[in-house]
Amino acid sequence: MSFSLLSAAAHGGGTPAWAMLAYLVAGVFFILALRGLSSPASSRAGNRNGMIGMAIAVGTTLVMHGTNLVEIGIAIAIGAILGVTIARRIAMTAMPELVAGFHSLVGLAAVVVGLAAWLNPAAFGITDEAGQIMAVSRIELGLGIAIGAITFSGSVIAFLKLSGRMSGSPIMLPGRHVINLGTLGAILVLIGLYTVSPVGGAGEGWMVIAVTVLAFAIGFLLIIPIGGADMPVVVSMLNSYSGWAAAAMGFTLGNSAMIITGALVGSSGAILSYIMCRAMNRSFISVIAGGFGADAGAAGGAGGAREQRPYKQGSAEDAAYMLEQAEKVIIIPGYGMAVAQAQHALREMGDKLKEKGVEVKYAIHPVAGRMPGHMNVLLAEASVPYDEVFELEDINSEFAQCDVAFIIGANDVVNPAAKTDKSSPIYGMPVFDVDKAKQVFFIKRSMGGVGYAGVDNDVFYMNQTVMLLADAKKMVEEIVKSLD
Amino acid sequence: MDFISILSIFVLACFVGYYVVWSVTPALHTPLMAVTNAISSVIIVGALIAAAEAENPVAKYLALAGVVMASINIFGGFAVTERMLAMYKKKEK
Repeated sequence: MSFSLLSAAAHGGGTPAWAMLAYLVAGVFFILALRGLSSPASSRAGNRNGMIGMAIAVGTTLVMHGTNLVEIGIAIAIGAILGVTIARRIAMTAMPELVAGFHSLVGLAAVVVGLAAWLNPAAFGITDEAGQIMAVSRIELGLGIAIGAITFSGSVIAFLKLSGRMSGSPIMLPGRHVINLGTLGAILVLIGLYTVSPVGGAGEGWMVIAVTVLAFAIGFLLIIPIGGADMPVVVSMLNSYSGWAAAAMGFTLGNSAMIITGALVGSSGAILSYIMCRAMNRSFISVIAGGFGADAGAAGGAGGAREQRPYKQGSAEDAAYMLEQAEKVIIIPGYGMAVAQAQHALREMGDKLKEKGVEVKYAIHPVAGRMPGHMNVLLAEASVPYDEVFELEDINSEFAQCDVAFIIGANDVVNPAAKTDKSSPIYGMPVFDVDKAKQVFFIKRSMGGVGYAGVDNDVFYMNQTVMLLADAKKMVEEIVKSLD
Repeated sequence: MDFISILSIFVLACFVGYYVVWSVTPALHTPLMAVTNAISSVIIVGALIAAAEAENPVAKYLALAGVVMASINIFGGFAVTERMLAMYKKKEK
């Protein structure tokens, strides 16, 4: 591609300088929005910056294109009412599916904008002198529509899996890798054909439609083989895609606010995916290939295959007695705590123990729960101060000095097999060293189920471990009663 | 803006994003996802242009549907982020 062709591609032609400046300012506010999240103290100001940036971007656009304002106002009002209502009502435990649902809307909006730009290119300033869409814009449009569609259908599947409307277990199609790669290849080839196809020539329409349809299909196909506990990676990845979709549209419109935002969101999702994969010691490719937990789940289902090993079972009174004797207690919450909604009871337990002079800390594994930071939000909801909550690498050395490790709804993240057993599917994953604690209490519904990875956990059978077999919330409430 | 200028903004913004996001505390990763979700709805700009410049009713209502979807995200995303961030409190001394 020659430089003259590139520079001839005058994106967003006709946008006045003040508007370009306003969009740039909006982009800067979006950067400040994310910057604010570096600490809880500055985070709310950051969120406000995000709102200001959005107001500037929307206001600038409306001033420049001042037609159909009534209908547009009504559309925004409908969205505002729906959005705020959902945001107010949603339970904090349902945050992962909410985020997935919101991602699907961004994806679909990107598809709509892409199709609109394709149908009415002049309004978007992406036409050449002959009134045809420029080649560069065609690539951007095609990519924007494709990424948007993948984000949409992938997020819908993630939403259904996270909200339990669809089984969280992997659905494996035969030959899925061939199907997926073939579909991805077809999308890229179609975008290429569309770019070089003679302007206004026959078949231009079906190429765009085919890209859209195939991209919807690939989003669906990519996510169905991925199991429930790999969802933190999936949600982060879709977060990233929604950013790249916005960026692609930003290229089409020559809009700096969209490009900056797209780049920020795209890198944010990518970094979160990376953090999650690292915390499971798995490659991004292996997560995306899917199927984790499916084989092990089948083996567990065969029943009785696992040898019966002796374990100690305790009561709420036993736990309460040991906890109040302790000097230092570390609580490890996992997805089970979210399912049982036990965070409030847990905070009460923590308060009672603190009154008795016990040092209480919370330890969070990066992949605990169904999305990055899931446990932190739930503990914050239950009014656990954030300076009592610690990340894996900051607290792991403290287990050797702690009297009680209190595990509630977590399993794989405390499994020592990750450190010792090379044949284990979770080998190499960083885990909490609970085996170094003097005493371990392990709240679990029953001895039947074994974590997501489907591997047995030696912690159950350790000398210092007492199993508390019950619903997490009920058990913690009973412990709280016994502490009185 | 020509393609190279746009590409420059994009590449630099990717680097800004990289460093800014690594500085986000892991405790706020869920609000991070909620707020990135809200700001990625800046795509509403495209839907607004399409709705304002639509030449026929079908295109207009399609674009308006896009405006509704993006607005749900913007308002919902910022509101839920605000709600979450309000819960993060320091230890009372």
